[in-house]
Amino acid sequence: MLSVLAQEAVSGADTIAAYGALGAGFAYGLAAIGPGIGIGYIVGKSVEAMARQPEAAGMVRTTMFLGIAFTEALALIGFVVFILLGI
Amino acid sequence: MTALTTRFDPSSAPEQQVANHIATRAAYLAPVLLVIAGIGWGLDGVASTSVAVGLVVVNFLLAAAILTYAGRISIALLMAATMFGYILRLGVLAGAVLALRNQPWMEMLPFGLTLIVTHLGLLLWETKYVSASLAYPGLKPTATSPGSIKE
Repeated sequence: MLSVLAQEAVSGADTIAAYGALGAGFAYGLAAIGPGIGIGYIVGKSVEAMARQPEAAGMVRTTMFLGIAFTEALALIGFVVFILLGI
Repeated sequence: MTALTTRFDPSSAPEQQVANHIATRAAYLAPVLLVIAGIGWGLDGVASTSVAVGLVVVNFLLAAAILTYAGRISIALLMAATMFGYILRLGVLAGAVLALRNQPWMEMLPFGLTLIVTHLGLLLWETKYVSASLAYPGLKPTATSPGSIKE
């Protein structure tokens, strides 16, 4: 009887760990989608701006780089949640 | 005939300038973070924090290098390089963590916190500098630049 209970307790802990890993994976995946869309939008608009106004390319490139890095911070936060929860 | 912009000017690399500034500032910020990590988590925290700071700096430098390289070839390639660069950099980060997570000195909490704090802190610092220098480090006003007011 005790061995069965112990086995179920281990199995429960495994299930919790598995759900934790699953949740962390989902969190990382979902956290990467938003920045992916954001970065695409930033670069697309920056290229459009550089095509319209080539003389402002330096300023646009600087702003684009900073924008990409800020957007990427969201993915980084998702990644940190992933490593703290899941692995 | 209208001139078309098909690639970046090879003589300038503002992304690289920004990334180099960020790397320099990381050298100023790192000792503060290492001391905080040392107080909170001991030597293991210091080691984990230094890895996190290094990863953030590598991430910025890699992003700038990829964008500059691709932009000099073609703006169309810039689009592809941005996407694959994003995946590559996330992969580098994930690979580094997966490789180091089982090390006895690896503390995940200071590592994760340092990743976020360093990334955002350095970015905010650089944005403040860029905003103060007319949104482009190369255009930073000097006493001899045209239109400047001499006191």
